[in-house]
Amino acid sequence: MSNEAVLHAHATTEVHHDAHGDHHGEHHHHETFITKYVFSQDHKMIAKQFLITGMVWAVLGGLMSVLFRLQLGYPDSTFPWLEDILGKWAAGGKITPEAYYALVTTHGTVLVFFVLTAGLSGTFANFLIPLQVGARDMASPFMNMLSYWFFFAAGIVMLSSLFVETGPFSGGWTAYPPLSALGDASPGSKTGMDLWLISMALFVVSSLLGGLNYIATVLNMRTKGMSMTRLPLTIWALFFTAILGVLSFPVLFSGFILLIFDRNFGTSFYLSDIFINGVGALPNEGGSAILYQHLFWFLGHPEVYIILLPAMGMVSEILSVNSRKPIFGYMAMVGSLFAIAILAFLVWAHHMFVTGLNPFLGSIFVLLTLLIAVPSAIKVFNWLTTLWRGSIRFTPAMLFAIGFVSLFISGGLTGIWLGNSALDIHLHDTYFVVAHFHIVMGVASMFGMFAGIYHWFPKMYGKQLNNTLGYIHFWATIAGAYLIFWPMHYQGLAGMPRRYYDFSAWESFNQFGDLNRFISTVAMVVFAVQILFLFNFFHSIFKGRKLTNPNPWESNTLEWTTPINPGHGNWVGEIPEVHRWAYDYAKDGKEFIPQTTPVGADESQH
Amino acid sequence: MTSVQANEPQRIHPQKFTLWVAMGSIVMMFAGLTSAYIVKKNQSTWLEFELPLVFWYSTGVILLSSITVHLAQKSFKAREMGRYRSLITATAILGVLFMALQVIGFLNLESRNIALVGSKSNSAASFLLVITGLHMAHVLGGVIAILVIVIRAYISRVKHYSSLSIDMVSTYWHFVDILWIYLFIFYNWIG
Repeated sequence: MSNEAVLHAHATTEVHHDAHGDHHGEHHHHETFITKYVFSQDHKMIAKQFLITGMVWAVLGGLMSVLFRLQLGYPDSTFPWLEDILGKWAAGGKITPEAYYALVTTHGTVLVFFVLTAGLSGTFANFLIPLQVGARDMASPFMNMLSYWFFFAAGIVMLSSLFVETGPFSGGWTAYPPLSALGDASPGSKTGMDLWLISMALFVVSSLLGGLNYIATVLNMRTKGMSMTRLPLTIWALFFTAILGVLSFPVLFSGFILLIFDRNFGTSFYLSDIFINGVGALPNEGGSAILYQHLFWFLGHPEVYIILLPAMGMVSEILSVNSRKPIFGYMAMVGSLFAIAILAFLVWAHHMFVTGLNPFLGSIFVLLTLLIAVPSAIKVFNWLTTLWRGSIRFTPAMLFAIGFVSLFISGGLTGIWLGNSALDIHLHDTYFVVAHFHIVMGVASMFGMFAGIYHWFPKMYGKQLNNTLGYIHFWATIAGAYLIFWPMHYQGLAGMPRRYYDFSAWESFNQFGDLNRFISTVAMVVFAVQILFLFNFFHSIFKGRKLTNPNPWESNTLEWTTPINPGHGNWVGEIPEVHRWAYDYAKDGKEFIPQTTPVGADESQH
Repeated sequence: MTSVQANEPQRIHPQKFTLWVAMGSIVMMFAGLTSAYIVKKNQSTWLEFELPLVFWYSTGVILLSSITVHLAQKSFKAREMGRYRSLITATAILGVLFMALQVIGFLNLESRNIALVGSKSNSAASFLLVITGLHMAHVLGGVIAILVIVIRAYISRVKHYSSLSIDMVSTYWHFVDILWIYLFIFYNWIG
């Protein structure tokens, strides 16, 4: 045996130990406050850090929407208290146009990236992947920790941009040049935009570090017997999410780099023939603003699925557990996730139908876009058939999961309208679009997140959330979500454009004054209800009913085989071996059969 | 132990696997940029110019460095540590030389009045700067990785025989090499 072969064999042994850690047992190393709660490398703690940071941003981003809804609902009123909190941005108690655009922009950026990307897949990929595949931690716990701290730094930079003199960036969350490239074009495009770009660059790094880890963990760290087709659907969804992120965020990054050069080094990637009032003609020639849109939406569309897929995965799991039935069409669910992940990269130009895109090219993107309806319909069908004749337990998590399915159907149907390039001529940049993406991506994913929090809170903190508050939270939120966004479809069909500061000046949109007031009022109520949820969450961490049963939902998956408060390393002793898929509910007269139960001789085939 | 290995398919080390995914991610970034380059080239006011001759030399240097890193990896596994140290140092130096040659290439363009940045710049030259510059940043990352493993080997009192670090550095180094070959072919004959 050659020396090299010996070394090679040695390396393989190491891998074996790492992957199964048979001799490690639970780690009992000494932990200080700093290593346990701040610079933690335990995936469960990092998940909680992502979750709570995401919550902070959700409150800030939600509050911003309340503020700009105040302007839209009551354009003629003044609120002196606004001047107290916003200063010159609400001089005389009325939000200024600059502040309005800054609020809309920051609301979008924060909700899309910080809450629904980092807060959602950051939380649940970190928490569930090692626990559900049977690993002691991520492939690289250190990189995982870095991923959180890059996210944290991105948040600090974004937060600081709210306090600069010229205000945060105000050119829309998509940051299209030339507005975003020229500091002279608007106050928000000065320092605010620099900070926005730094923050987003840090965020991309965070996403990549996290995504690499999630992929490596799912593919390499599964416990014995956990074949890919035995994985719970949550893991499949989080896996595809990570792949989408790893392949699309770098493209956004390259778009940002070109934008940074245009902003700071006088290049002309995106700029051409521009005249700014008060500055004069710019020397830039030959640039193409559309180029940025291609690079941006090549991320931007996969980003929609980065937000949506984790919610889909968790909803599949929660629906099955609480229907006490196997998930309907497991392989079809995996296949449709795969199809969505592929199509995600082939439809970006449907965000650009009215940019002068070649109509023939547009028709191809229409076809590819409408093809997404196929895997989406498969998923909806399978969710409904999973519910069908189940012995449903209406836990708060289950209600939110069902709410997700409802919202996904409602929002998905309007997607078929918007995917048509001809209809899009009328509908683009109207409230119809706002309604569509808020329902199908925003609120639906939020519901997936709530479902996940209600379902896995006992595993996270060893306590129970208050169910009554959970039910109030659910019913108020689903009613509110529909009351806010349903009317916007009508406004959009009537041609009401998004991003406008004040509609009262237009005779044709005056008729919606009352409706806008109604939407704004509901938005405030729904926001208040979320505070109720936050109270429930934080109160239950400390004062919640202690968990006595390690498997409160009588679920099959591996995370419920750990102790109630698992230490770093998750399992005491050996990691359990897996003998079956995750969905053996109501089989052979048994209520549920955990994945760790060996297949009995008398069992029917699975 | 051998029986376990026989039963289970050999899995790649998780960190090596992570590196492969990361390289896929980097590929996407350069794919994005070179696609943007093609889109841009087909629009008006694209400046055609000769690439600096020095890019041929830098290509030679980075190819050579791939050979040295490969030999370094081989000598590490053969436990010829002296040879390993000189080869890995040579690789790092060649990496720095490569970056210096790229900078000379940029200066050459500037001296021919082809502005890379600023108000007189054409995006043809700016693209060359941005793409090549980003590639240089990745080479720099490789040089830093070499420094880290060399310094770690000096500091650590325990001798360790795992070839994981050198394997990963070597894979990454070949990757940035191939990436540059792609970019070089792209600039010259595709884009």
